[in-house]
Amino acid sequence: MTSTQATTTSPERSTPPIGGFSLGIVRLEVRRLLRNHRTVIFTMVTPVIFFLIFGLNSAYADRRVGHGNVSAFIMVSMALYGAVMANTSGGAMVSLERALGWSRQLRVTPLSPTAYIAIKMLTSMVLGFTSVLVVYAAGLVTHKPSMPLFVWISTALCVWVGSLLFAAFGLFIGYLLPSENVMQVIGFSLMLFSFGGGLFIPLSQYSPALRRAAAFTPLYGLNQLVHYPLTGGGLDWTWPTNLLAWLVIFVGGAVWLFRRDTARV
Amino acid sequence: MPFPPGPLRRFQNMSSPPTRDSNTHSHHTSTPAGNASALQAAGLGEKKASHTALAAIHLCDLHKHFGSVRAVQGVNLTIRPGEVVAFLGPNGAGKTTTIDMILGLSRPSTGQVEVYGLSPEQAVSRGLVSAVMQNGGLLKDFTVEETVRYISKLFSASRPVAEVLERAGIAGIAGRMVSKCSGGEQQRLRFAMALLPDPDLLILDEPTQGMDVEGRRDFWNAIRKDAAKGRTILFATHYLEEADAYADRIILIRRGEIVADGTAAEVKAMASGRTLRATLAGADATSLKGIPGVEEVKLQGDTVIINSADTDSVARYLLNETDARDLEITARGLEDAFLALTGDEAHDIGTAPTPRGAR
Repeated sequence: MTSTQATTTSPERSTPPIGGFSLGIVRLEVRRLLRNHRTVIFTMVTPVIFFLIFGLNSAYADRRVGHGNVSAFIMVSMALYGAVMANTSGGAMVSLERALGWSRQLRVTPLSPTAYIAIKMLTSMVLGFTSVLVVYAAGLVTHKPSMPLFVWISTALCVWVGSLLFAAFGLFIGYLLPSENVMQVIGFSLMLFSFGGGLFIPLSQYSPALRRAAAFTPLYGLNQLVHYPLTGGGLDWTWPTNLLAWLVIFVGGAVWLFRRDTARV
Repeated sequence: MPFPPGPLRRFQNMSSPPTRDSNTHSHHTSTPAGNASALQAAGLGEKKASHTALAAIHLCDLHKHFGSVRAVQGVNLTIRPGEVVAFLGPNGAGKTTTIDMILGLSRPSTGQVEVYGLSPEQAVSRGLVSAVMQNGGLLKDFTVEETVRYISKLFSASRPVAEVLERAGIAGIAGRMVSKCSGGEQQRLRFAMALLPDPDLLILDEPTQGMDVEGRRDFWNAIRKDAAKGRTILFATHYLEEADAYADRIILIRRGEIVADGTAAEVKAMASGRTLRATLAGADATSLKGIPGVEEVKLQGDTVIINSADTDSVARYLLNETDARDLEITARGLEDAFLALTGDEAHDIGTAPTPRGAR
C-alpha cells in the first residue's frame, strides 16, 4: 500500500543535489573498470613489467640523471605510460557508452551532463592514480630508483594531472571507432606514441632525423614536462607547444565527432 | 483504403478518462477523510490537488522534422493521470520520435510538450516520469544489481534496489552479469530501473520487441501488476494484441499523425470484416472486385485473397459462378485491422525513409 500512496499522492518531488553526482557512483565505475582485465593489464601490469625490465638493468640504472638516476627516470616514464593508458580508456568509455545507448538511458534520469563528466573524470583520475601508485610502489620495493623525496612527489603529481589530457584522446578515438575493440587500437597507438615520446627508448639514442620527427608525436611534450622536476635544467618551448597543439587536435576532433554524432540523433 | 482518415478522427481527443477502479481519480475522490486530513497536516493537500488537475502529458501541435523527413506532423494529445495508453503504429510512424520529445531526448521542431505542467527535462529530473527505452543500452560489465544501484543513486528519492528488483521479477538474477542476461531479462532490468523514482508516469517504448512469447508474458504480468496501482502508463507498440490486452486507450499513429484515438473496442470496430481465401486458376482481379461487398482483392499465384464485410455472399458467388475451391474464411486478424488503419497499402510500411530514432 505504501507504494500506492507514493504514486497517487505524489509527494513533493525534488531534483537531486549536485546534478546526481555521488562518490558511490564513482566507486561503481572504478569497480567496473577494474573488472575489465584488458584495462588492468594495460594500466597496471604492463607498466610495472616494463619498469622491471628496463628500469632495473644494472648496465645503466644507477647512472645519474639530473637530481636522480636512470632507474627513477624510467619509473616516471612507465608511470606516465600507465596513467595515459588509464585516462585514454576512461575517455574512450564515454564515447563507447554513447554508442551503446547507455548515455541515452542516463538522459532519462536526473543526472546532469556536468555531473556525468565529473564522474568520468574522477574515475579516470582514480585509475590514473592507481597506475602511478603501482609503478612507484614497484620502484620503492626494488630500491633502484633514486631521487629526492620532493621529486618523487612532484613527478608523480605531474604524471597524474598531465595524463588527464589524454582523456581527450580517448574521447576522440572512442568516437572514431565506437566498438568494444577500441582498447586494442588504443594499446597499439599509445605504444607508438610512447616510442615517439621517448618513454621506452631515450630520444638521445634516435638518429637526428628520427628525433626531429619524434618531437611532433603526442607524448613528446608531456613526457619531457613530467620529467622536468627530475632532470632540471632549462625548459624547452617545444614541450608545452607540442602538448598544447595535440590537446587542441584531440579536443577539437572529439568535439567535431561529438557534433556529427548528435546531429544524427 | 477502406477507412479514410476523416471519420476516424472523430475519436480523436474524445476518449473519456479511464474506467479502471484503481485509477488516480477514483482514488482521490474516495480518499477517506482521515487520510486526507493527515495529508493536509503534512502540507501536501493543496499541492496534490493542483497536481492531479494537470494532464500527465499534454502535446500541442507537435512537429518534428529530420531534414526533409516529417517524422511527426501536428500531434495534439492529452493524457490524464491514471490512464494506460498504447501508442500503436507501424515502424516509422513516429512513435519513438514523439516519445523522445516527451522525455526531452529531442526537441520539437515546433509545438509544445508539457509533462505534469513542466518541461520534459524538469519532469525527468524530479523523477515524475521515467522510461523503458527501446534502444537504451545497458553496460555489459555490470551485474543486474549494480546497474539498478547505479541508477538509484541518481535520484533524490529512490525506491530500495531490492524492492524494484522484486517487482520487476529479477530478484533471482541480481548477481548475474548483464552480458549473460536474455533479452527479456534485460528488458525487465530496464523496467526495474524505471521503477526506481516511483514515477507518476511510466513510458515504455516497444518494451517487448524481440522477446519470446514467454518473456513477453512475464514482462506484461509485471507491468500489469504495476499498472493496477494507478500509475499512468504510455507504451508504444506495433503489436495490436498488446495494445488490446493492456491499454484503456489506443492511439493509432500513422506517418506522424494520429489517425484514431479510442478504446480497443472502438478501434477494432473501425476495421471490421473478414478475409476469404480461395484457389482459383486464372483469376481476374477486376472482375472479382465487381462482386458486391468486396473491398480488396489480392492475387498470389492461383490464390485469391478477398477482404469483405460480407464474405458469405462472396463465397456463394465464387462457388456458384466460378471454379474456385479450397475456400477459407477467417475473421480479419488484429494485424489486418491494424494495417487497415495505419497504412493504405502494405508497401507504405518499411519503405519510407526512416531517420535514426524516428521509429
